[in-house]
Amino acid sequence: MASHAKQRLVVVGNGMAPGRALERLFETAPDAYDVTIFNAEPRVNYDRIMLSPVLSGDKSFEEIVIHGDGWYVKHGVTLYKGAKVTRIDRAARTVTAEFVPSRSGQPSLQPPVTVSYDKLIVATGSNPIIIPVPGHDLPGVLTYRDLDDVEAMLLAAKSRGSAVVIGGGLLGLEAAAGLQAQGMDVTVVHLMPTLMERQLDPAAGHLLQRAIEARGIKVLTRANTKAIVGSGRVEGVELDNGTRLPADLIVMAVGIRPNMQLAKEAGITVNRGIVVDATMRTSDPDIFALGECAEADGQVFGLVAPLYEMANTAAAQLVGDAAAGFKSSATATKLKVTGINLYSAGDFAEAKDREEIVLRDATRGVYRRLVLKDNRIIGAVMYGDTSDGPWFFDMLKRGTDVADMRETLIFGQNYAGGIPLDPAAAVAALPDDAEICGCNGVCKGKITGAIAGLGLKSLDEVRAHTKASASCGSCTGLVEQLLKAQLGDAYNPAAVQPMCGCTDLGHDDVRRLIVAKELKSIPQLMQELEWKTSCGCAKCRPALNYYMICSWPGEYEDDSQSRFINERVHANIQKDGTYSVVPRMWGGQTSAKELRAIADIVDKYKIPTVKVTGGQRIDMLGVAKEDLPGVWADLSAAGMVSGHAYAKGLRTVKTCVGTDWCRFGTQDSTGLGVKLEKFMWGSWTPAKVKLAVSGCPRNCAEATCKDIGVVCIESGYDIHYAGAAGLEIKGTELLGHVATEEETIEVIGALTQLYREQGRYLERIHKWAKRVGFDTIRQQIMEDVERRRALYGRFVFSQQFAQNDPWAERAQGKDAHEFTPVADLTLHEAAE
Amino acid sequence: MSALDSPWIEVCPIDSIPLRGCRVVRTRHMQIALFRTASDEVFALENRCPHKNGPLSEGIVHDRKVTCPLHNWVISLESGEATGADKGCTRSFPVRLDKGRVYLEASVATAP
Repeated sequence: MASHAKQRLVVVGNGMAPGRALERLFETAPDAYDVTIFNAEPRVNYDRIMLSPVLSGDKSFEEIVIHGDGWYVKHGVTLYKGAKVTRIDRAARTVTAEFVPSRSGQPSLQPPVTVSYDKLIVATGSNPIIIPVPGHDLPGVLTYRDLDDVEAMLLAAKSRGSAVVIGGGLLGLEAAAGLQAQGMDVTVVHLMPTLMERQLDPAAGHLLQRAIEARGIKVLTRANTKAIVGSGRVEGVELDNGTRLPADLIVMAVGIRPNMQLAKEAGITVNRGIVVDATMRTSDPDIFALGECAEADGQVFGLVAPLYEMANTAAAQLVGDAAAGFKSSATATKLKVTGINLYSAGDFAEAKDREEIVLRDATRGVYRRLVLKDNRIIGAVMYGDTSDGPWFFDMLKRGTDVADMRETLIFGQNYAGGIPLDPAAAVAALPDDAEICGCNGVCKGKITGAIAGLGLKSLDEVRAHTKASASCGSCTGLVEQLLKAQLGDAYNPAAVQPMCGCTDLGHDDVRRLIVAKELKSIPQLMQELEWKTSCGCAKCRPALNYYMICSWPGEYEDDSQSRFINERVHANIQKDGTYSVVPRMWGGQTSAKELRAIADIVDKYKIPTVKVTGGQRIDMLGVAKEDLPGVWADLSAAGMVSGHAYAKGLRTVKTCVGTDWCRFGTQDSTGLGVKLEKFMWGSWTPAKVKLAVSGCPRNCAEATCKDIGVVCIESGYDIHYAGAAGLEIKGTELLGHVATEEETIEVIGALTQLYREQGRYLERIHKWAKRVGFDTIRQQIMEDVERRRALYGRFVFSQQFAQNDPWAERAQGKDAHEFTPVADLTLHEAAE
Repeated sequence: MSALDSPWIEVCPIDSIPLRGCRVVRTRHMQIALFRTASDEVFALENRCPHKNGPLSEGIVHDRKVTCPLHNWVISLESGEATGADKGCTRSFPVRLDKGRVYLEASVATAP
C-alpha cells in the first residue's frame, strides 16, 4: 500500500504556526506524510489574533476557525483533540499523549496514546506569565490566551461588575476594551509610565491612554500590583502605594513565556525558548520547533508574521527544500480596538546616529514619527491616521533610500513626489510583493493574480480564495482598492447586495416586485424577473418560497423542494443523518400522560438520546428517517403536535410559573404564554422566532434576550423585542407598555406581521429592527393604531392557513415518499 | 467485469422521484441518491457528501447540482465534484432512462 511508504509526521500543538506549516506542506506535497496532530485544547485550529473581536462580541468562534473539522478529514490528518503530549521518547521516536480532563473536571476515561514519528514538529506555544503575588491563584483571576479564557471572561462579564486588567500592552488593552464592551467597569493597571511601551514611544502612548480613557476605561500607570485580595474568590487588587481597587474579575496580561517543558524533558537544547537553527531544526535533526515556543537567531517571537515565516520554512524543509531558511525581519503591530488607530513598526528608540521626523496635529489627534538612520526608515509609529503604515513599512523592509523625499515623507504616500495621489493610485503603485494582509501573509501580486485569474468580483470571493482580509480585516480597505483598481466600475461595493448569484436584485426589490407584479409561483417569478439560472439555487429558492407564502396566504402552494431538509421533513437533521423530534409543550407545561407517551416512544423506537431543550421542552435525538412517521403517529395519538423546532417560524414561548405558584408573580405569565403560543404556532417567519413571558421583573423566563419578550408588572405588560442570545448576545428594546392580555396579543401579532412583511429571509428580528429603525417600528405598532390593527388582521388571516399539524398529516401518509427508499437492492445478486 | 458489459436493472419509474428532488436506493454496501432535475434528467451519486458525509439526498436540487444540507457544499450531479472554492468528489454512477423508467447498472448492487 502507498500509505505504508509514507513518512509519519507528528505535530505537537494545533496553533496558527503549525496550521500554516501543514497548509504549505499539503500545497506542495500532499501525499508526502501521514500527519497526526495533538491539540491540548478540545477543538480545531482557530485564529488567536481574533480572540479580541470574539471577546467584544464582534465575531463568533465559528467565524475565527481557520481549519474546520472538514479540513483535517480532507487531508487525512488524525487530530487528537483535548490530548496533551506528556513525553517525547527520542530513542524510540514516539510521543505519548494523555487526554485532558473535561472542563467540569472529570478525568478522561481514554487511556494515553503513543504514536511513532519519522519527523516531529514541536509547537507548544507559550504560557501566559502569572505574577506570583499573594492571591494570584484565587478563583476569578484569569489570563488571556485561548478561547477558554475568553469564555471565562464572557461568563464573568455577565455580572456587569468591575474588572482589573493587569498589563497595558497589546493584549491587556484589547482585553480591557472587550470587557468594557461587555458592560464591565474596567481599570487597566500598568507598571510602566506609558501604555504599550514596547511598540509605542511615550507621545503615542499618551495619545493612546487618552483615547482609552475617553471610552470610560480607567488607566493607572506606574502601578505595581502588590497583592490580589479576597476570601474564597477575587475581591480586589492592592497596589504597592496602598491603593485598593475592587474587582470581580482580574485578567493578567503581562506577557508570555515560551512553553518548552516538553522539549527540555526530552533533552532537546533550550535557552529562552527551544533553540532552532535557520531550518527550524532543534538539536535533534528529526525534530522541528516553531511558533512562540521556538528561539531562532537568539530571539523569541510573539507576532504572527515571523511565526508564519517559521512555518513556511519548516514546511519547505520537510519536503526537502534545503535552501529554505528563516530570517527574522521587522514586524508591524496594530491594536485591534474599534475606533483606535495605531500602527507601529521597527525600532524607534532614540540613539545618537538616528534622526527623526515628527508630525503632530493635536486637534485631529494625529501623531506620526519616523526614525531614520542613514536616510533609511528603521522605525515608524503612527496614531490617528495610520493609512500610510504599510507604505512606510514596505520602505522599512526594503531599506529604501528616502533622501529625495524627506521633505514630504511624513505626510505619506499621497504627497510623495509632491503630487497628491488618490488612494486607488497609491495602491496601484505598490509593487507586487508588497504585503497587503499581514495576518495571512498575502502580498499584492497574489490578490491581483487571483482577481484576474479566477475572475473574482467581490471582497468575499477574494477572502475565500486568497485569505486576504479574512482574519482581522484591517486590510479590507486595501483589498477593496485593489478590486476597484482592477475591475473599475464593475466593482461597486455600495450597490444593493443581490439575493444570490442567480439575480442582480436584492431581497427588498424581489419582495416589492412579488406584490407589484402579482408573482404567485417561483417559476413565474424566475421568468418575469429574469433569473440567470434555470431553477435558482439553495440560497434563493427557500427565500422565494417564504416570500410567496407570506405575500399570498391561502393562494400559494408551498414548494417542498424549495425548503431546507428540516422544514421538508419537519424534523432537525443531525450530523449523522438521523433526526431529532421535539413535540410542542405549550408554554413549557407538560403532563404525566405526555411524559408517559414520550417514554414509551423512546423505548419503542430505541431513541438513543433524550434531552431537555433551552426552550422548555423535550428533544428526542437520533431518530432514523424511516421511523419519523411512526414516532409522529404515536405522539399524535397522545395529543402532541410538532414543536416546529426546525422551522423559520414560531419556535417556543418560554414562561415562568407566574401568579399560579410564585410568591412574586404579578400576572398569569404561564397562561399568557400558552395563549400566545396557541395563537402564533405554525406561522412562518423570515428566521426563527422565540418568545418568553416573565411574571415579574425578576424575569425568570429570560424574556429580555428573546426575539419578543413580555415582562409582567403590577400595572400590566412591558413588551420587549429584538433581543438575541445566540451568535450575538443583545438585550431587548422596549416596544411599549399595555394594560391587558388582549392588547399584548394584538401588539405581538402586529409586530410579528411587520417583521414577516419586511424581514429579509434568515434575518432575525434584532437585525431587521436595527436595519429599519426602532423608532419607525415603535411608531407603526404603538402609536398608529390603525396600522397596528391592519397588521394584526393580516396575521390572523394568514394563520388560518398555517395551523395544520404537519406531523399528523405525515403520520397519515402525506409525503410518504420522503421517508422510504425508492428501491432496495441489498439482496440483488450481481449478474455474471 | 467492466462496467460496459454489465447488465442494467430497473430501479423505479421516474415519477416516483419528486421533480427537483431525490430518492434513495439501498445497495449492499452503500446508499445511492437518485436525483431528478427540473428538466427530467436523472443522476446517481453515492449518498455521501465528500466534505463530511452529509446525506446529499436531503439537499436542494438546482440545475445539475445539489447543495448538501449539512454545510452547503454544492456538488455537481454530473461528476460528483464539489463546485466553487471547495474541493472533493463523491462517486457517481451511470443511469439509463427508458420509457419513463430508471435503470442502474446491476454491478452497483454489490459495489463496495
